[in-house]
Amino acid sequence: MSDEQHSPNAVDPSAIETAAAVRSGDLSAVEVLETSLTRIEEREGEIHAFNLVLAEEARETARRVDDAVAGGADPGALAGVPVALKDNLCTKGVETTCSSRILEGWKPPYDATVVQRLAAAGAVMVGKTNLDEFAMGSSTENSAFGPTHNPHDLSKVPGGSSGGSAAAVAAGFATLALGSDTGGSIRQPAALCGVVGMKPTYGLVSRLGLIAFGSSLDQIGPFSNSVADAALLLEVMGGHDPGDSTSLDTEVPAVSTHLDDGVSGMRVGLISEMMGEGIAPDVAARTRAAAECLAAAGAIVEEVSVPAVVYGLSAYYLVAPAEASSNLARYDGVRYGMRVEAPTVGEMIEATRTAGFGDEVKRRIMLGTYALSAGYYDAFYGKALKVRTLIRGDFDAAYGNFDVLLSPTSPSTAFDMGSKTADPLSMYLNDLCTIPSNLAGHPAMSVPFGRGGDGLPVGVQVLAPALGEVPMFRTAAVLEAAAREEARS
Amino acid sequence: MSVDLDTWEIVVGLEVHAELATRTKLFCSAVNEFGGEPNTNIDPLTLGLPGSLPVLNEHAVELAIRVGLALGSEVSPSSFARKNYFYPDLPKDYQISQFDRPINVGGSLELPSGKVIGIERAHLEEDTGKSTHVGGGGRIHDAGYSTIDYNRAGVPLLEIVGRPDIRNADEARAYVTELRSILVAVGASDGKMEEGSMRVDCNVSVRRRGDDELGTRCEIKNVNSLRSLGRAIEYEAARQVDLIEAGERVQQQTRHWNEDDGRTHKLRSKEEADDYRYFPEPDLVELDPGAEWIERVRAAMPVLPAARRHRLAETTGSELEQTALVVERGLDELCLAAIEAGADPVRVLTHAEHNLSDERSLKLDPEQFAELVKMETGGQLTATQAKTVLSEMVEGAGSPADIAAAHGFEAMDNSELESLVDGLIESNPTEWQRFCEGDAKITGFFVGQVMKATKGQADGKAVTALLNTRKG
Amino acid sequence: MTEQSSPITAAEVTKVAKLARLTLTDAELERFTHQLGDILGHAADIEALDLTDVEPMARPIPLTNVFRPDEPGEPLDRDDVLSVAPAVEDNQFRVPPSLGEDS
Ligand SMILES: [Mg+2]
Ligand SMILES: [Zn+2]
Repeated sequence: MSDEQHSPNAVDPSAIETAAAVRSGDLSAVEVLETSLTRIEEREGEIHAFNLVLAEEARETARRVDDAVAGGADPGALAGVPVALKDNLCTKGVETTCSSRILEGWKPPYDATVVQRLAAAGAVMVGKTNLDEFAMGSSTENSAFGPTHNPHDLSKVPGGSSGGSAAAVAAGFATLALGSDTGGSIRQPAALCGVVGMKPTYGLVSRLGLIAFGSSLDQIGPFSNSVADAALLLEVMGGHDPGDSTSLDTEVPAVSTHLDDGVSGMRVGLISEMMGEGIAPDVAARTRAAAECLAAAGAIVEEVSVPAVVYGLSAYYLVAPAEASSNLARYDGVRYGMRVEAPTVGEMIEATRTAGFGDEVKRRIMLGTYALSAGYYDAFYGKALKVRTLIRGDFDAAYGNFDVLLSPTSPSTAFDMGSKTADPLSMYLNDLCTIPSNLAGHPAMSVPFGRGGDGLPVGVQVLAPALGEVPMFRTAAVLEAAAREEARS
Repeated sequence: MSVDLDTWEIVVGLEVHAELATRTKLFCSAVNEFGGEPNTNIDPLTLGLPGSLPVLNEHAVELAIRVGLALGSEVSPSSFARKNYFYPDLPKDYQISQFDRPINVGGSLELPSGKVIGIERAHLEEDTGKSTHVGGGGRIHDAGYSTIDYNRAGVPLLEIVGRPDIRNADEARAYVTELRSILVAVGASDGKMEEGSMRVDCNVSVRRRGDDELGTRCEIKNVNSLRSLGRAIEYEAARQVDLIEAGERVQQQTRHWNEDDGRTHKLRSKEEADDYRYFPEPDLVELDPGAEWIERVRAAMPVLPAARRHRLAETTGSELEQTALVVERGLDELCLAAIEAGADPVRVLTHAEHNLSDERSLKLDPEQFAELVKMETGGQLTATQAKTVLSEMVEGAGSPADIAAAHGFEAMDNSELESLVDGLIESNPTEWQRFCEGDAKITGFFVGQVMKATKGQADGKAVTALLNTRKG
Repeated sequence: MTEQSSPITAAEVTKVAKLARLTLTDAELERFTHQLGDILGHAADIEALDLTDVEPMARPIPLTNVFRPDEPGEPLDRDDVLSVAPAVEDNQFRVPPSLGEDS
């Protein structure tokens, strides 16, 4: 006699509504959690969003939240809201694997800053979500523990690398989820799973406790079913952290209070380079429809050229692997994680890394090692850093005339599982539209905007300059309202 | 073996790694201390745990600036880079260091001899942990296994790279000694070589006298004491000269000094050198101390050894080298104060150099020291007596006048007494001979003669003491 | 792609794998050489750019002088840390010997 199976994107109570009801005592956090756990029980077997479900720990947290409310205390802005954490965020005493054999079973002795902030706001952590190993991938098929399936169509990928987090929110396993975005790893799976996903300005959210992939590109960001929930989660987890040298010592832009400001008079640029070659016609059409809807809402919409973004993919696939080759050197079998014994320490390190890393990780480590090695640095890594300057310069020029920019998030809707695994370059092309924002350090977010020819979700990307989160969220809120309106009619 | 220095010139450049005297590590809040229980000064970054991030220790930067100013470097805007190499002692398998933009650029160090050694640069970086090789007698090459203690990992180092201006082992030792004095003077490091607070890598090459071009160099690691430093340079220079004289070529290598057999051994050749794949450290931001901070540090700098040597040499009118030991022992302030109080500068310096090696000398009252020197130059004490009195002053026996009185040194003008006694010795060789052979009764003869000559003014005990001194 | 020869050779991949402490089977070497060649072939577009006067951008947001005070924090518990280590001896991390390897 179970409830009707949860369908993706069914209109659940939002995080804002849930937290308000829990804080006022109208709703119990335990009840909210049980709804999540029931859904996980029903569909996790086929979706595989999680590496680890923390049912008992979550029940304990939910009870504490309810007790706090009963005792007259305020548990915080996310009171009783079920949240899923990408499994590259350190959780004290709770296995954190990056979906890699090399870290299987490792329990960090500390919590990531974002995890601390969520806990302090009364959130209930329901589990650690699956990802492409060390966040390297665009389909969550590179997980050592098996792929995640798209809740809308189990034969399709959920996108990646934060595919588990996107799927968890889409399937109603959690109201909110955290992901990390190095080249689109939040926005692309959000688009493919029909949820909201956002990458903040570099430095707005602390990276302390995020297991590094590409340190100059990585940012933690929210997944949610609504733009408003994403705004709330950003406000809870963002802000200065003295434990991260690259953390910005500024207030988080007050996105929540400006969500309803609309786009009247706002200047929106549709990026020409992201509307032609390589973009599926149905996705391009939905993006144009989004542009038209912003124009209808009073924005001034024009096409704009940001020429250097076409070099983003090449620059990214040198910079990110270079940093990764160094960040992943520490997995050597000496101090923690997996070890394959061998007669000498050098052989032990090599045997451990050879057995512990999957193919995609090895590919990127080798690519990055090559890009940094003597004789190649200037031609590859050094050049890629200069391309970053070009891209930021072209963005800056565009933002001289526009408040936000618009593009597709992903070149296509969710693709068949296994269809791109043999050809890494074709997989990398999924990140075409998302990469430039990471290279520039700018914020960008994906908002669901209807469906493609195959009936699967399409995401539209709103891009903004550094700390331009307010106009970005305002634009996203208008698109979200229009998409919901369109879905009703 | 030794090198024929008429034909050959030895060229040495030293790289010194100095551990900075901070409370905590360079990029995290784990404690920086020597000799703790293994793996107790650890935190996530020390162990290179996933998700850990570095944040720069402000005090380490301050200490680096002090050293930069002490060496006359340009304290510059700088940045950090990653030096990538796999090594179990290195928890992240990369070292955060400064590469193309070090904090201190250029500079120099003046040896006590007055010779100036150029400084290339000094940069901040983190230390590694420490391996212990266990089994097979504890030697690296037949070890059963190794154990690693990460207490030292992440300790702040300042790597001070000297120019190849050093020409022999003595200069190398003087350079390291001087650098240590500077580091200690500015409070940047405790300078304890025996605890590894200062570690020296030395680049050695040789060339024929008159050649302009430098020879191919070898870098020697594991030089852990001043003694090893000298031995390693002399061995390595001789090895290179032998190679060249035998018609072979020196190959650029990294070599390891073995204290036991007194030789250097090849570790790796240039071709086998690691490709460190340096790149900008993305987890850290730019470092730019700025004029204000630098000036604040400059204002609080102590007077440095070289300046102290110059000041003492000028005040005393002596050779620069004569002041080295006195400054090294920290006695220059005492000397200057005594001179200020009217004591003869040359006598002051001579005493400090030869008669004040005891550490308690630092506690001497400059007024009393001056008093003693005045008694000596005023003829109330002989040089020998002054030395005796001074050593008792160091032991805390009291004022020079009291000590001299207790010895009976004050009875009469000592130079007068001395010449009297010396005259008696010369004119009474037979009696002197008996005295020297230990005939105690003959003492009375000399004392009586002195009393007669001085009309009883002389102190008999002083005469006896003087006779004993003359006997030797 | 119009490159005449592969952008990366099997010998270079072998060298890079060694630097990265990875062992490749013959089949992997062939496959990775091909795949890395594809990716580097794509990067030919930026190789062709003349960026002589462009400054490199190593960090996305330019920040200066971020410090922590020189104050000790809470250390990790040694037993906790050693309990998850692959091999331990005398409260230290134990590793195989470095026979013939650099020290
Ligand atoms: Mg060096
Ligand atoms: Zn060094």
